[in-house]
Amino acid sequence: MIRITVTSVFVDDQSAALDFYTRVLGFEVKNDIPLGGDDRWLTVVSPAAPDGVELLLEPSGHPAVGPYKAALVEDGIPATSFGVDDIQAEFERLTALGVRFVQPPTDMGPVVVATLDDTCGNLIQIAQMKG
Amino acid sequence: MAADVYKALADATRRAILDELQDRDGQSLFELCTRLTMRHGLGSTRQAVSQHLEVLEEVGLVTVRREGRYKFHHLDTGPLRQIATRWPVPDQGESP
Repeated sequence: MIRITVTSVFVDDQSAALDFYTRVLGFEVKNDIPLGGDDRWLTVVSPAAPDGVELLLEPSGHPAVGPYKAALVEDGIPATSFGVDDIQAEFERLTALGVRFVQPPTDMGPVVVATLDDTCGNLIQIAQMKG
Repeated sequence: MAADVYKALADATRRAILDELQDRDGQSLFELCTRLTMRHGLGSTRQAVSQHLEVLEEVGLVTVRREGRYKFHHLDTGPLRQIATRWPVPDQGESP
């Protein structure tokens, strides 16, 4: 059986990303392995699933990454999506920490979604499934 | 007048875009696409929605604001004033 074990987002600065994804969003470091140069194999997991899917905070060094990320951000397209239990509470908690939301919690039928800026060149969607 | 506000309004998807901007002003293309799909059952492609927005921009019903790396769409109902000027609505006293 094939499984999803790692997924990734390109981050402008891995150290800044580590701070944002752990201290602000609330993930925990799973792997932090030097790769040569300043690049690291840096992954985080949710405290709710420490052995679950790892999110790789991937360096943005490749020249194609900058234009790709800029085009997605301009059109408001999230790089990925995370699940939350209470989106209104997360919106208020993260806003209090200074996080910029480009879309506040919005009812989209079966799901309520919001979109935030991860300060590392990406928009991230958070989603709460209803009922 | 080069741009025709009537033609711009004569499309259900473009009217839905205006409805959603009325609900919340200042949306990204992605948010508008999501709302059209999830709230109106309109499966328009991103390219199609982008073209609809261009038509609305041409007649001034939508304005685009760039803020840093973001691009937001705003509703401007100003061009609709010409409709009420051309065909005035009788005052009914109490609001309907």
